Amino acid sequence: MSNALETNKLSKRYGRTWALQDCTLNLPARRVAALVGPNGAGKTTLLHLAVGLLEPTEGEVQVFGCSPLRQPTEALPRLGFVAQDTPLYKGFTVAEMLTLGRKLNPSFDDAMALARMQKLGIPLERRTGKLSGGQQAQVALVLALAKRPDLLLLDEPLSSLDPLARREFLRTLMDAVAESGLTVLLSSHIIGDLERVGDYLIILSASHVQLAGDIQEIAKTHKRLIGPRQDEAAVASVHTVIEASHTERQTTLLVRAHGPLFDPSWEVQEVSMEDIVLAYLSQQAGDRWPMPPSVREQNGREVFK
Amino acid sequence: MIEFHLDNHSGVAPYLQIVQQVKQALRLGLLEVGDQLPTVREVVAQITINPNTVMKAYRELEREGQIESRPGQGTFVQRTLASTSLSSLAAQRRSLVRWLHSAYEAGLDNESVLALFLSTFQDTQKEHEEETA
Repeated sequence: MSNALETNKLSKRYGRTWALQDCTLNLPARRVAALVGPNGAGKTTLLHLAVGLLEPTEGEVQVFGCSPLRQPTEALPRLGFVAQDTPLYKGFTVAEMLTLGRKLNPSFDDAMALARMQKLGIPLERRTGKLSGGQQAQVALVLALAKRPDLLLLDEPLSSLDPLARREFLRTLMDAVAESGLTVLLSSHIIGDLERVGDYLIILSASHVQLAGDIQEIAKTHKRLIGPRQDEAAVASVHTVIEASHTERQTTLLVRAHGPLFDPSWEVQEVSMEDIVLAYLSQQAGDRWPMPPSVREQNGREVFK
Repeated sequence: MIEFHLDNHSGVAPYLQIVQQVKQALRLGLLEVGDQLPTVREVVAQITINPNTVMKAYRELEREGQIESRPGQGTFVQRTLASTSLSSLAAQRRSLVRWLHSAYEAGLDNESVLALFLSTFQDTQKEHEEETA
């Protein structure tokens, strides 16, 4: 399958600070990927590099095989981008924003944009600054969708929305995915809805990619092990230990398993996606894990039951 | 037409939740042979879910022979899972309801009722398996 986004050792430095370092990842086309990480992890930097708003310090980034910076005429028409904090001209009416979108984008799908605004009940004559936060987010999303991009990048679209507005925003997004099969990369620090709408997960923390892969595969390979107090070395020789905690009598590990877990002294439990993400994020900046083996095809070998 | 629902905290993968809900509906006779399942876009609008997940669930059900997708028309039930007739299900349900009422009358709360049911269910299942083995 072809990749919508590919980065190779992509790095960005501001002065002495690395905002993103050694980022190598592939996002297969037609995926809905969640990019999670704490504030300052490099999420926005990665997205800005992908749309050519920033120039890499080292490494490279390609969108459908083209560099957004060196081959903008090939790459940019296929890209949609909604920056943080709902970028709209607040003095423009919704209709004027649509006109702007139409004038700036040759492929702008006016009919689709109008139909979506109507379905969402957004008044065209209202100034965008007077709309509710949820409606503003919807307008920005519809404008980006109307460009008919093949890859849509969204920077923290959910952070300022209440739970209902969040669900409605995601509904519009998922409907567009169902309609056109576009690839989505959405950055967020809200983990709750990820399993629902995402099928790919990229965890970024301390300027590094900590984990990237198919969400089901990630859910299947991560386990919590609970057993009598012991050293984790034996487990760590076969599997990757993400998190270990010990009490006087008990040891609890969160591991990424690279094969069956045979040792009967451990009780094996499922781990929620939220706990997996938090385990990766709570690590210190210096800790890193080897990247997981490339994501297996959906019908590939099952690692274990 | 059936409606799906999605539990974020169940720990069951979203695509499996859909597979299980279709099977449940087949088992209870809510879906019959020839009935149409909602389209992927309808499910997306209903429960805000990744369309790829819905397609994965439908593919799985199709592979197992429960449903069939007809290009341009939609997805239809091919085979039901109802092993017992609806009337016998209704009778079982009535006796279960009677039992539930008697449990509440005996002072059991919801959690005790569930715990009692589950442990009895598991024990009986074990016995049943040993008998048939």
